Amino acid sequence: MWTAVSQAFFMVFEPYTLMVMVVAAVYGLFVGAVPGLTATMATALLVPVTFFMAPVPEVAAIVTDTAMAIFSGDIPGCLLRIPGTPASAAYTDEAFALTRKGQAEVALGAGLVFSAVGGLFGTVVLIVAAPALADFAIRFSSFEYFWLVLLGLTCAVFITSDRPLKGVISLFLGLMVACVGLNNPGGFPRFTFGNAEMMGGIGMISMMIGMFAISEIIRYVVDTRPTAELVVDQVGNVLKGQWILAKKYPVQILRGSVLGTAVGALPGAGADIAAWMSYAMSKKFSKEPEKFGTGHVEGIVESGSANNSALAGAWIPALVFGIPGDSITAIVIGVLYMKNMNPGPTLFTTNPQNIYAIFLIFILANIIMIPLGILCIKAAKNILKVPRNILMPVILLFCIVGTFAINNSVFDVIVMLVAGLIAYLLEENDFPISPAILGVVLGGMLEENFITSMIKADGNFMAFVTRPIAASLAVVTLLVWTMPLVMSRLRQRRLA
Amino acid sequence: MKINDAFFGLVLAILGGLVLFTVRSYPTIPGQQVGPALFPGLIATGILVCGLALIVRGWLARKAAPWAVPGEWMRSARHVAAFALLVASVLFYIFAAQALGFLPTAMLILWAMFYVLRVPPGKSLLIAVITTLAIHFMFYKLLRVPLPWGILANYSW
Repeated sequence: MWTAVSQAFFMVFEPYTLMVMVVAAVYGLFVGAVPGLTATMATALLVPVTFFMAPVPEVAAIVTDTAMAIFSGDIPGCLLRIPGTPASAAYTDEAFALTRKGQAEVALGAGLVFSAVGGLFGTVVLIVAAPALADFAIRFSSFEYFWLVLLGLTCAVFITSDRPLKGVISLFLGLMVACVGLNNPGGFPRFTFGNAEMMGGIGMISMMIGMFAISEIIRYVVDTRPTAELVVDQVGNVLKGQWILAKKYPVQILRGSVLGTAVGALPGAGADIAAWMSYAMSKKFSKEPEKFGTGHVEGIVESGSANNSALAGAWIPALVFGIPGDSITAIVIGVLYMKNMNPGPTLFTTNPQNIYAIFLIFILANIIMIPLGILCIKAAKNILKVPRNILMPVILLFCIVGTFAINNSVFDVIVMLVAGLIAYLLEENDFPISPAILGVVLGGMLEENFITSMIKADGNFMAFVTRPIAASLAVVTLLVWTMPLVMSRLRQRRLA
Repeated sequence: MKINDAFFGLVLAILGGLVLFTVRSYPTIPGQQVGPALFPGLIATGILVCGLALIVRGWLARKAAPWAVPGEWMRSARHVAAFALLVASVLFYIFAAQALGFLPTAMLILWAMFYVLRVPPGKSLLIAVITTLAIHFMFYKLLRVPLPWGILANYSW
C-alpha cells in the first residue's frame, strides 16, 4: 500500500499537475463567481481541454475547479443577492441580509472557511468509505449490480424531485438515449437511422455541454430581468472572527458535513440539494430559529460546509460502482471511461496509486481554497463587473469548438445544440434534468447487467432475489418506489 | 415558455409507440430468449404509459393550465432576436465552418451575438477578432484540433 501512496505523491506533487491545479482553481473561482455560470457547466467546458492530459492532472483539474466554484458561488449571492451557482441559493438571502448589515466579510468568511472544513470532512469519509465499499463490492455479480443501478436511478427520481412522474419521464428519456448505437448485448445497431456517426452512440460530453452550458446561455439571452446593483465597495478581513464561529457552532459544522456527504453520495442529489436540506435542518434545530433570514450566520456555517462536503461524497459511489452521486461526477465517469480507467471496485486493486492520487488532490484542493478564495474575494468587485453580454458569446464559441474537439466532428455540435434546446424546454416545464443525465450515464450498465442476469436466470425471475445482497437491494428499491404512494395515502387519511 | 402537460404527453406517447414498433424487428441473441429489443422495449413501454398519464393530467388541468403560456421574453423583439441568433449561429457553424473556415465563421458568430446583446460596435469587432485568434491558437496550435481553414487555406499558419 505504501508504495502506491508514495507513487501517488509523486504523481500529484509534480510541477505540471500542481500548475494545472492552480489554473483550474482560478478558472473555478471565476466561473463560480459569475452568476449564471454553474460548477457543472465549468466542468463540462473543462473536459475538451483536459481531454488531452494524463488521467491524474485531468482529475486534479476537475476536482479543484468544482471545489472552488461551489465556494465562489457564495460571492455574488452575498454581494448581489444572485447565487453564483445553484448550490449557494439556499442561503443567498441570509448572506445578503448580513451584507446589508455591513457584515459581508462575516458571510463570505464563513462561506470560505466552512466550505474548506466541509470539503475536508467529505474527503476523509471518501478515503475511509470508498476502499471498504470496494472490498465489499468486489463480490457483486450482475444481479447485485442490476439492483444497485436501479436503486441509484430510483433515488435520483424520488429523492431529488417533488414531481415523481416528470422525474420518471426524464429518466426514461435518458435511458432511451443510452440505447442508441451498437453498444448493446446483441451488438445490433439501434436507432441509428443508418447514420454512421450514431453507431457509436450519442456522445456524452457533447450532450452535457449542451445540457449545462448551451441551456444556460439560452436562459441568459432570454432573461428580461434588470441587472443587479453592487451594494458594497470594500470587503474587510474575512478570516476575522471565524475561529470564534467554529467554536460556537461545532455541532452545526459536523451536522452539515455529515448530511452533505450523505446527500452527495446519493445518486442524483448533489451540492445544491445538500445545501437546501442542511439550511432547513439548521433552522429546525437552532436555538434561535427566529433569527434565520435576518442575517444570522449559523445557517451559512452549516449549509456552507454541507455543499462542499457533498462534492467529495458524490465520488464515493462514482469510484466504487460507477454510479455518479451528482451531475459533476456523471461527467467524471464519462472522462474515466475515455481514459480506460473504468470506475468500479477493481480500480482500487489494479491501480491503487490513481485512487490515492485522487484522495490527495481532494485534500490539496480544499487547503489551497483558503488563500485563493481570499484573493478571489478581494477581486470580487472586478469579477462581478465582467460584462456578461461579452462573456456569453465567448462561452458559446468555446462550447462549439470544445464539442468539435472531442471527435473532430460537427455531428457532436449538432448533438450539443439539440441537447441544449431540449434541456431548456424541459426545465422551463418543470422536468428535472438530473435523472436524464443519470439515465444516459447508467443506461448501458443497467441494460448489460439486466440482460446478463436474464440469461443467467433462464426464465426464472426468482434468481434476481436469491442472493442475500441482491434481495436486500431489491427490497430497498421497492420501498423507495412505494414510499411516495404510502405517504400520500397516510396524508389523505390524516386529513379525512 | 410553459406548455400544457398534455402536449408533452402526446409527444412522449408517440415516441414510445414508434420505438415499440421499431424494436419488433430486432433479432434476439442466438440461442437466447432475450436480445437488443428487450431493454428499449421496456423503456418505450414506460414512456408510453407516462405519456398517457401526462395527457390525462394535462386534460384535467386544462382550465388552470392553458395550452401554452409564452415566456415574458417572447414579447420583446430584442430577446426573441437574441434567441433566434443564438440557435442560428450554432447552425451556421455546423453548415458553414468547413467551407468558410473557422476564423471567419467564429468572428461572424461573435460579432453577431455581440450586436444583438448590445455591445458597442467598435469594441465588439475588436473583441471578436482577439477572442477568435486566442481560441484558434489554443485549440489549433496547443491542442492540435484540426479546425478547418476554409477560404483561408492558402494563408494558413
